[in-house]
Amino acid sequence: MDNQRNRNSVILRVEGLKKYFPIHRGFFQRIAGWVKAVEDVSFEIERGRTLGLVGESGCGKTTVGRLILKLLTPDAGRIIYQGQDITDLSSREMKPIRKEIQIIFQDPYGSLNPRLTVGQTLGEGLQVAGIRSGAPRRERLEKLLQMVGMPPAVVDRYPHEFSGGQRQRIGIARALSVEPSLIICDEPISALDVSIQAQIINLLKDLQDQLGLSYLFISHDLNVVGYLCDHLCVMYKGHIMEYAPTDELFANPAHPYTLALLAAIPDPETPKDPPLTAENQRGTVAEPPAGCSYLAQCPFGEPACREAARTFTKVGPNHFIRCWKVTPSRGADYFSGPGPAA
Amino acid sequence: MSATSPPPSPADGRRMELQVPRRSRWEEFWRLFRRNRLAVGGMIIFILFFGVATAGLFLTAGTQPIFDPALVRLQEKLRPPLARPHVDSLGAQEVPPLGVYLLGTDELGRDVFARMLQGAWVSLTVGFVAVGIAVFIGIFMGGMAGYFGQEFIRIGHLLWAVAVIAGAALLFSGIVAVGLLVGAGGVAGLVHNLTPKRISGRTQRSWGGAVLAQNAMRVDTLIMRFVDIMLCFPSFFLILTVVALLPPSIYNIMIVIGLTSWMGAARFVRAEFLALREQDFVAAARALGLGNFRIIFRHMMPNAIAPVLVSATIGIATAILTEAGLSFLGFGVPPPHATWGNILSDGRQFIFDAPWLTFIPGLAILIVVLAFNLFGDGLRDVLNPKLRERHA
Repeated sequence: MDNQRNRNSVILRVEGLKKYFPIHRGFFQRIAGWVKAVEDVSFEIERGRTLGLVGESGCGKTTVGRLILKLLTPDAGRIIYQGQDITDLSSREMKPIRKEIQIIFQDPYGSLNPRLTVGQTLGEGLQVAGIRSGAPRRERLEKLLQMVGMPPAVVDRYPHEFSGGQRQRIGIARALSVEPSLIICDEPISALDVSIQAQIINLLKDLQDQLGLSYLFISHDLNVVGYLCDHLCVMYKGHIMEYAPTDELFANPAHPYTLALLAAIPDPETPKDPPLTAENQRGTVAEPPAGCSYLAQCPFGEPACREAARTFTKVGPNHFIRCWKVTPSRGADYFSGPGPAA
Repeated sequence: MSATSPPPSPADGRRMELQVPRRSRWEEFWRLFRRNRLAVGGMIIFILFFGVATAGLFLTAGTQPIFDPALVRLQEKLRPPLARPHVDSLGAQEVPPLGVYLLGTDELGRDVFARMLQGAWVSLTVGFVAVGIAVFIGIFMGGMAGYFGQEFIRIGHLLWAVAVIAGAALLFSGIVAVGLLVGAGGVAGLVHNLTPKRISGRTQRSWGGAVLAQNAMRVDTLIMRFVDIMLCFPSFFLILTVVALLPPSIYNIMIVIGLTSWMGAARFVRAEFLALREQDFVAAARALGLGNFRIIFRHMMPNAIAPVLVSATIGIATAILTEAGLSFLGFGVPPPHATWGNILSDGRQFIFDAPWLTFIPGLAILIVVLAFNLFGDGLRDVLNPKLRERHA
């Protein structure tokens, strides 16, 4: 029974996702190497909740989003949507599930087709949802625009007539047009003005309350993520380094990388010490083939980190971490060191 | 934006009252296009040319044409432009309808004006049909390379395709039974190979099957190397060879010019498609579950068509020139029919006695080609969004 309830409350589970991109070189375009965009990513998103995926540029956040949408094919791992494994579905079999998972993009300028009016853009989704013409289509269009706070008069306008925030609203309306359950928000606010960011965040929150949506919220902004998300994944170089409920992560950050990220949040009231990285001393250390990918940046690195990276380990209730320095019994033993005192 | 209109209110969706002056796409286009005087001139000449060519078709066709381009008046040969006809030596039917030889007569006493009228239609249709064919092939090939380029072609596909082509060749050379057999085999093989199959756990494959399933090359490689090969041929000589082999007819010339000038369009479309594929709105369309067909024709093609249109306008000029060159060399449209090229070519023997025979068609070609080029340049400037921002 408990298992049943659990399955219903988890809308998306991702297990061991991996995606490498080949680097082609030379005249024959032979494969010279691999960009390891996503190495090993697992997480769960609960229905009606928001999971944040944080990390620096290039750590593979966006790739994870595209893998879930099956815009890219994973090299390994499973994507399980509502108990159904969708990893190997053909494009025809994916059709009904496409309606369930939608995406909001970072760049509001590239995400709308410049040749289609707002009505046409949203109409694509309505057609997929089976609403083709006439009064129902018009009603639904107006409803969608109203949901994202746009006047119905905009249906005949082209994207270039709108500002970034307005376009982002249209992008959200497009995602909503097929009535999805899960929306992947790929840095939806990073390209926007700070004043507009708040509007869009609140809009996303309102929509979640109204429609019971689940979000995977990809961002590099810990402030935003802290406000919006129920759980957080901290990602670094294709690995999830730490997973915890948001409050727990902000209260008891355990991974050195998380500490560095938190230390990097600008705070106008109390200027902080420089972030906890060892870039200056150890930036030249080559990344160990088997060891921890964060070793080169880590101020707490030790020989064990070079041997092998730790597997994802539970260090507290619902708190997981990939670091040797932290154990459930001892807690984070480097906290006696130069870290921010807990 | 005009200075009188207030600036649009910053980005509050709810309050957004749309104060930006509304312009349709066409109004915007025309507003920008009008600034380029040369391009407008080119467009006007283009419209005039279109009118003249259409009028020419009706005025010179039929058994009793108003302007008869084939009417020989040997007693009136090599009359200069604007010369009055010697009415007393001509039959009632032979007097030119304008009462004057507007552009003179040639060495057989045929009215050059009537011949130019007839030739204008040839130039126009050659230009448009040849470029139409070229653009169609170019969009198809470029679209395939750009959209499906990363798919692999298997050795099996190549073999079956060779079978289809061999079958067609055998059919045409009269060996019908064998040709049908080989061709049908090839088609069946291709269909069998291209039907999507589910990857089932273990498939028993023979050694031959494994070889056929080897990836040979990417679709993109195949198409773009073919483009490179086509570009290697000096196309005018390729056209000359083909025209020499085929029966001389205006349609053959159109088709041959079209078949040898699609490479530019293919490269443009491929480049645009490669860029568009990575755009978020295309990703969004795929996330919505739209089909490839719809994504290509509704989302990508309209955004990729601008450079093709521009190159097509300039391509029309090139096609007109090519046809004129072919006619000049005597490989063009067969003689009784006048084209600007063969008027020019026939006139060159009399260039000192009757210079109008070379200058009139030469000038006409120059003006029309120039007009198309200017129009095409103007179009490119207007359709280029970066330049547009600078104007706006």
